[in-house]
Amino acid sequence: MPMTALTGTRLRERRLAAGLRQADLAERAAISPSYLNLIEHNRRNVTPEVLARLAAALGIEPQALAEASAGALLDDLRSAAAALPAAEAEVARAEDFAGRFPGWAALTAALHGRSVALERAVAALNDRLSHDPHLSAALHELLSALAGVRATAAILAETPDLAADWRDRFHRNLYQDSERLAEGAEALVAYLDRSEAAADEGVTAPQDEVELWLAARGWHLPEVEGGDPAALGPELEALASGAARVLARAHVTQAAEDAAALPQPAFAQALAEDGPDPARLAARFGCGLLAAMRRIALLPGAKAGLVTCDASGTLLFRKPADGFALPRFGAACPLWPLYAALGRPGAPVEALVAPPGPDGQVFRCLAFAETRLPLGFAGPELRLAAMLILPDPAPRGTRAVLPVGPTCRICPRGGCPARREPSILGEAAA
Amino acid sequence: MGQHVLLIEDEPNIAEAIGFILSRDGWQVTHLSTGTGAAATAQRITPDLIILDHMLPDLSGLEVLAALRGDPSTAATPVLMLTARGQSRDREAAARAGADSFMAKPFANAEILAEVRALAGRAPVARG
Repeated sequence: MPMTALTGTRLRERRLAAGLRQADLAERAAISPSYLNLIEHNRRNVTPEVLARLAAALGIEPQALAEASAGALLDDLRSAAAALPAAEAEVARAEDFAGRFPGWAALTAALHGRSVALERAVAALNDRLSHDPHLSAALHELLSALAGVRATAAILAETPDLAADWRDRFHRNLYQDSERLAEGAEALVAYLDRSEAAADEGVTAPQDEVELWLAARGWHLPEVEGGDPAALGPELEALASGAARVLARAHVTQAAEDAAALPQPAFAQALAEDGPDPARLAARFGCGLLAAMRRIALLPGAKAGLVTCDASGTLLFRKPADGFALPRFGAACPLWPLYAALGRPGAPVEALVAPPGPDGQVFRCLAFAETRLPLGFAGPELRLAAMLILPDPAPRGTRAVLPVGPTCRICPRGGCPARREPSILGEAAA
Repeated sequence: MGQHVLLIEDEPNIAEAIGFILSRDGWQVTHLSTGTGAAATAQRITPDLIILDHMLPDLSGLEVLAALRGDPSTAATPVLMLTARGQSRDREAAARAGADSFMAKPFANAEILAEVRALAGRAPVARG
């Protein structure tokens, strides 16, 4: 099986689509997680045997990992050209290039992917240097040991008439400090290795970090209900990146406002009486509809998923519902009712949708968008759209159900009129 | 007797090296390895200069500095701060707290000696 420059990238995408951690897949394929990490970053070649084991562990054909998707490759090439406009790459001839020199084209795309990953790693490390107390302490230890080595070695080198007892003493100090330096360096390398592994598990994006934190808390913050959001301070400070802390603080502020507008237990009572109808609940409590949607999805034990986006369609918040996969990267499926609502602010959009999957599960999606003019009439109009994803246990029957996906790149639906790029999974028959 | 330096530094090997360099240059050196009681010691022995580590095991160097600056007997004593954190914001914090000079670890012995002499307003003396 020929391995192309992007095999690792595709492997990574398939693994994430399957919801597997690197450690899980590595175990199933009987290789080490660090080796898998290198393969996924296109930094190690993979033997046909290992590729076959990885494919089997993912339940796919090895061919799917080895073959480049032409559309995806072109996108990567265009993205590479856009990142370095000074190179004046002939963007219009990208297809010609990829067709005539598939190996070089794949290499260009892979190098671009790696430079993006490295830029991100640099930003994350930079952030960590200024905020990580562990790293700061480890560096302090190293610098202290180094200061001792430098001062002591200079005395030994620059004092020819040093008395023997002092010389012995300084030799001993030098030995101690060099031991300390070696241990400190070893500990630092081990720590950075662990951090890199954590980053490879996908924890680097600030939004991912915040959502992992909220998911671990069951998406609910009792401190906010109790009127004491400040109690969350230490937890927020413990988030790894500065950007994640900013996002988490904004979420807590918003949750506190929502809790004040729709206080418990009155809200849960109203929800039980009216059902999950954000418009009715908003009218009943005299608040915004989006606030009611957030409350429905973020009550303790709520089954409902929630996504929000801004006018660009970028997902700002993702709480998944069981069986309804949400994309981790890039824009979502354009057929989601979320986007219909985004285009028609103030109009409620309701639809039954079915994500791809063998069990044909149906969800009732309620979407709504609001506009804001924070800079007045002359300023730009901002939009915020939200979509509640409610599991719908009723049988499909004769109801009209809209087939949707997570995002084109990992959606297997064939013949979709809204597809914007080929799927790395290959299209299933319509 | 030469001029008197109070050295407040918790790393024993660094303290020993600095103590050695200064002693050879004719300074009398009193060494403390914690921040607690450092200001009281300074008020008692009234050193000509204080070398103060930024990160002590019990107190921060800045807290010790604040105590020194708050007492009339040490308010004007030159203070050289040592730190393993060479970032500009730490320098600024040290300067705001009243440090006269700032040196990042690892330092060169000649540098620290020159700085100590300059702060104490003293010309180099011959070794011997």
